[in-house]
Amino acid sequence: MNVVVILPLLVPFLTAIFGFLAWGNRQAQRLISVVGSTVLLIASLILLWVVSQQGIQATQAGDWPAPFGITFVADTFSAIMVVMVGVMGLSTVIYSLVTIDVEREAQGFHPLIHMLFVGVCGAFLTGDIFNLYVWYEVMLIASFVLLVMGGERSQLEGGIKYVTLNLLASALFLAAVGLLYGLTGTLNMAHLSEVVPTLVEQQGMVTVVAMLFLFAFGIKGALFPLFFWLPASYHTPPIAVTVIFSALLTKVGVYSLIRVFTLIFTGDAVFVQVVLLVIAGFTMVTGVLGAVAQYEMRRLLSFHIISQIGYLLMGLALFTPLSLAASVFFMAHVILAKSALFLVGGVLNRLAGTYDLKKLGGFYRVSPVLAVLFFIPAMSLAGIPPLSGFWAKFALIRAGLETQQYAIVAASLVVSVLTLFSMTKIWAEAFLKEKEQEDGKLKEGVEPVATLPISERLPLLAPIAVIAMLMIVMGVGAEPFFNLALQASEEMLTRTEYVQAVLGGQV
Amino acid sequence: MTTSQPVSVILATGARYSLPLMLLFSFFILLRGHNLPGGGFIGGLVAAAAFALFVIAYDVNAARSVLGIEPIRLIGIGLLVAIGSGLPGLLLGMPFMTGLWLEPEIPALGKLGTPLLFDVGVYLVVIGIVLTIVFSLAEDS
Repeated sequence: MNVVVILPLLVPFLTAIFGFLAWGNRQAQRLISVVGSTVLLIASLILLWVVSQQGIQATQAGDWPAPFGITFVADTFSAIMVVMVGVMGLSTVIYSLVTIDVEREAQGFHPLIHMLFVGVCGAFLTGDIFNLYVWYEVMLIASFVLLVMGGERSQLEGGIKYVTLNLLASALFLAAVGLLYGLTGTLNMAHLSEVVPTLVEQQGMVTVVAMLFLFAFGIKGALFPLFFWLPASYHTPPIAVTVIFSALLTKVGVYSLIRVFTLIFTGDAVFVQVVLLVIAGFTMVTGVLGAVAQYEMRRLLSFHIISQIGYLLMGLALFTPLSLAASVFFMAHVILAKSALFLVGGVLNRLAGTYDLKKLGGFYRVSPVLAVLFFIPAMSLAGIPPLSGFWAKFALIRAGLETQQYAIVAASLVVSVLTLFSMTKIWAEAFLKEKEQEDGKLKEGVEPVATLPISERLPLLAPIAVIAMLMIVMGVGAEPFFNLALQASEEMLTRTEYVQAVLGGQV
Repeated sequence: MTTSQPVSVILATGARYSLPLMLLFSFFILLRGHNLPGGGFIGGLVAAAAFALFVIAYDVNAARSVLGIEPIRLIGIGLLVAIGSGLPGLLLGMPFMTGLWLEPEIPALGKLGTPLLFDVGVYLVVIGIVLTIVFSLAEDS
C-alpha cells in the first residue's frame, strides 16, 4: 500500500525515460538530470523519515501477496542507503555538468546514470532474492556502458576485466539463488529467514549456498582475494563516473552480504564469523598496502575503497548490535569520504591536467580552499576526531574489544595508521610540495581554482563543500546519526519486525 | 519514397507489400500474447523485422522515413507506456503494477487492461532497441 517505498525507483526511472525522449537535446537532458536527482533526494529523505517514524514499510508489487509476489521493503538500513544514493546522485550529477564532455553527453550519459540509480535503489529496496539479481543486472548493464563510454583504449581494457569478473559473479549469484530455491521453495527474503533455520538436516547444503553468496557478493563488493578487477578498471572512466561507482557499486555488494547474513544465513554462525573476520582483515590490509605503493591519485583512492570495505565487513563479522550499527554508520561515512576525495582529485586534474602525484604540487599555496576541502575528507577517512570517520572506527573497535577479537582490532588500527600515511602522501605531494622548477623558469602549471569561471567553479566545488559539511555534522553531532544506525542494526538482528512487515503475520 | 536504387526489384516490391502485413501480424501476436504464446517481445521483434527487411531491400534512410521517428525515442515512449501501466493501480491506492481490467470485453481485442498496456510498452521498446541496433549496423557498413 505504500507509495513512498516505490518512489525512489520510479523517480530515477522516469528521469531516465525523459532523458531518452530528449535524445539529442543536450540542455534538456542536463536539466532533466538535475531536476530528477533533486526529486530523488527528496523522495529518499521522505522514505527515511517515514521509516524512522512508522517502522518498516513494505509494498507488494502487483498486489500479489507475499511470499508469492515481489515485495519491496524499506527498513532503516535500506532507507539510509537510499538516502546515500540521493545525496551522491545529486552531487555527482551537478559535478558531471562541467566534467563530462559533450560527446559523452550525446551518447546518453545522463539517462544512463539514472538507470544506474534505478538499479542501485532497486537492490536496496527489494525483498526478494531473485529480484535482487535482476536489480544487479540493471545496475551492471548501466555501469558497463558508463565505464566504456567514450571508447578510449584504457577504458576498453578496464571494461573487459570489469565485465568478465562481474558476469562470473552474476552467474554464481544466480546459481546460488537456484540452489536456495531448490532447498526452500521460496525466494522471498523474509520467508527465507523463516524457512532456512528449519533445514537442520541440510545444514551442510545451506552453508554451501551461503558461501556461494559470499563468493558472488565478494566479487561485486571487491573483497580479498577477489578485488583485483576494481583497481584495474575504476581509474579509466571520467572522474564523475568513478565517483558514483566508488560510492554505490561496491557498497551494494556489501549491503547484500549484510542483508543475507543477518536475515537468512544465521545458522552456522561460528564458521561464518571466522571466514568473514579473516576476509575482513586481509581486505583491509591488502587494500591499504596496495594504496601505499600508488602514485596515480585515482588508483591510490581505488585501493582505499577496498581497504575500507574490510571495515564494513568487520562490523558484519563481529555480529553484535554495536558492530552492525558501526557498519551502517561506516557505510554512510565512507561513501561521503571516498566520493569527496575523488571529487577533489577531479578538480586537481582539471587544474593541472594530471592525476600523477609526482607531477602535481603547490596547491596549498594557490588554492587554500581546495586544500581544506581535501583535508576534511582525508582526515575523516583516516579516522581523526571529531570527523565522522572517528566515530565509525571507534564503534567498530569497541565492538571488537567487547567480543575479544583482538587480532582484527589490531589489524584495523594498523590499517588506520597506513591510511593516514597515504592521505598524508597526497597532502604532501599535491598540496604542500612546490612544483619543480623547469630550466630555471618560474613555477608554472599550477593554476589556482580562482582562474576558473564561476559557472565552472560552483558545480565543481559546491558538491565537495556540501559533502565535507555533512562529514563534519556527522562527526560533531554524531548522536542522532548513530541512533539511526543502532535502530537499523536492531531491526536486522531481531528480524521479527522485518518478517512481520513483509508477510503481515500470515504464513 | 526513396531516392536510391533498390538492390532487387523483387525484394523491394516484396518488402513494400509485406511491411503492412508483418505489422498487422505483429499486432495480432501482441494481442494474443496474454494467455497464448506471443506478447510484446515477440510482436516487437516481428515488427522490427519488417523494417529490417526494408533496410535490406532499400537502405537505412528509406526505412527511417517509413518509421517516421527516431528509434531511440521509441525506447523512451515504450518505457513510459510500460511504467504508465503500473500507475493506475498506484493512483487508486493499490500497490504499484496492480493489474486492472476494463469490464466489458471488446470483441476482437479481448479484455483491455493495464497488463496489455505493459505489453504495448514492451512492444515499442523492442522495436526501438532492435532498430537502433540494425540502423547503426547498416550505417556503419
